[in-house]
Amino acid sequence: MGASVKKLKVATTSLAGCFGCHMSLLDIDERLFDLLELVEFDRTPLTDIKVVGQCDIGLIEGGLCNAENVHVLREFRNHCKILVAVGACAINGGLPAQRNLIPLRAILDEVYLTEPGLGHGGIPDDPELPLPLNKVHPIHEVVKVDYFLPGCPPSADAIWKFLTDLLAGREPELGHELMHYD
Amino acid sequence: MSDLETAEHPEQLRRVAIDTVSRVEGHGKVTILLDDDNKVHQVRLHIVEFRGFEKFIQGRPYWEVPVMVQRLCGICPVSHHLAAAKAMDMVIGAEHLTPAAEKNRRLMHYGQILQSHALHFFYLCSPDLLFGFDSDVARRNIVGVAAQYPEIAKKGVLLRKFGQEVIRMTAGKRIHGTGAIPGGVNKSLSREERDALLADVYHMLSWSLEAVHLVRKLFEQNLETYNAFGRFRAHQVSLVRADGAMDLYHGGLRARSMDGDILFDHFDYRHYWEVIFEDVKSWSYMKFPFLRSLGPEKGWYQVGPLTRVTNCDFIPTPLADKERQEFLAFDEGRTTGATLGFHWARMIEMLHAVESIKDLLHDDDIMGDDLLVSGERAGRGVGVIEAPRGTLIHHYRVDKDELVIRANLIVATTHNNQPMNEAIRQVAIQYLNGNEITEGLLNHIEVAIRAFDPCLSCATHALGKMPLEVELLDAEGALVSRLAKTADGALSA
Repeated sequence: MGASVKKLKVATTSLAGCFGCHMSLLDIDERLFDLLELVEFDRTPLTDIKVVGQCDIGLIEGGLCNAENVHVLREFRNHCKILVAVGACAINGGLPAQRNLIPLRAILDEVYLTEPGLGHGGIPDDPELPLPLNKVHPIHEVVKVDYFLPGCPPSADAIWKFLTDLLAGREPELGHELMHYD
Repeated sequence: MSDLETAEHPEQLRRVAIDTVSRVEGHGKVTILLDDDNKVHQVRLHIVEFRGFEKFIQGRPYWEVPVMVQRLCGICPVSHHLAAAKAMDMVIGAEHLTPAAEKNRRLMHYGQILQSHALHFFYLCSPDLLFGFDSDVARRNIVGVAAQYPEIAKKGVLLRKFGQEVIRMTAGKRIHGTGAIPGGVNKSLSREERDALLADVYHMLSWSLEAVHLVRKLFEQNLETYNAFGRFRAHQVSLVRADGAMDLYHGGLRARSMDGDILFDHFDYRHYWEVIFEDVKSWSYMKFPFLRSLGPEKGWYQVGPLTRVTNCDFIPTPLADKERQEFLAFDEGRTTGATLGFHWARMIEMLHAVESIKDLLHDDDIMGDDLLVSGERAGRGVGVIEAPRGTLIHHYRVDKDELVIRANLIVATTHNNQPMNEAIRQVAIQYLNGNEITEGLLNHIEVAIRAFDPCLSCATHALGKMPLEVELLDAEGALVSRLAKTADGALSA
């Protein structure tokens, strides 16, 4: 990666999401190679960088369902100049937030305690497991978010338009065609 | 099982963590406990998230489920979409789909197998295999592959793209589409769509064949290392067709012991709970399934590409079947039991998926307009499919108001929970024991996990077993009484 032009650093993570937004990013297909001319990836699920460094852009997929999600989100906010909520779950909790209608304890009980044919492990409680939050939260409830990119997932074209606008120093503008919530 | 699951005195040991496991889908971490001499005492793969899908889907109308439940996973949404649709076929009494419906669903599924396998091999795993397990961390990713092997990277990207296009044309959208509905599909392929795919499919055929040969070459170059890496023995479970062929869309369950004996064959998956149970451990939200007849200690088993390729009698497309024969014979069959053999088997399946797509595109039924059937309603639906990562089970009960009252999902990665733990314990013994722990050594652990292509967000969503319940209904179908068996075996009314 010979850097005659200084590349912008991009980090991405999936919190309580399904990786669909990351898959949609990869759906830019061979435009990925054009993107790599402009950006350098820091921590993302595609690299083995485990801790986020100083970055220009941070893309967050997924909402917050446990304490670790909150920790990772704060690290991203502290290290990224521009933070983007990508997709339904980051923006409003998405489908995982459907569990907010039911007390967490009731879900855990049903899954790990009251069902037969299970071992006697009980509810998993090892200190290695991050504590689940009582409710799933969208990320703007915890940190300041600079842009919201809607969709479940946002289409590859929407992600491409957003990123190329941002990388060119323009205010991102999706337009009617690319603005979808499904 | 190896005895590295639980150390006797964890408080006296040093903890090293891989947090989070990268180049896999979802959230997992590995913890390793070592003594002062770096001897390994405990190794665990933890699944650290808990979601609750099957609980909050209760009360939703049945026809929402195939669209809703695919949001378990953005990498294999089609698998969940189709498994749920198959279960709902049962609920609405659609026993035999029309040829157009079944073939469009199969086309969608093979598109899914193709794109997921291409994603896994080229984007996620090829850096380990092409550069070395302990190569420079800055280069060990798809960007590094694109820089050093641009042709391989380009073909990988275009193979995945083709699979995604097959999905878009059958499901309406590349990710989280809507094509399969209870009783069939809501669209078939148009002539223009078919011709567009046909124009590219022969390139895909030759590139996927090249991918099989690339893995073979890597094995030839690293034979001893690859065959010995994270090696363990496991029972095997997969769907097979009535004639024993590989069938990724439909079939009966075949279980084979680690010694190669058939434990059961062509088992009707609509009663899967008679053969599969699940165990719970305090240190992972993911459960540990096992064959009921063998118990939790001895009954754990493996699923996925390596299992399917070895467990079937043949692959019903010629190029993939020839590659299967060569794989089985390679190094006197030793690679069929190698953890890294998953990669080779996965590429054979990708070739099979492309061959199947080609055959379906040449079948005019794919453009048919008879898309839906229905019949007598039932209160229970079970759908099983071979997802990219292995056997996927969806099980629902629907009440007379057409609302879901129970849901149980056992996803592929959950079946592979114990196998993944076995593989990383073997790697820890082989590579870490007694050594100073480095980033490169820790990546060896991740290489073993990645071989299974785990889908950890699928695994975090899944909740677990359907309770054993007996309902007594009167002649009108109204509930008279209900008996349920709880975890400690007690019966409650």
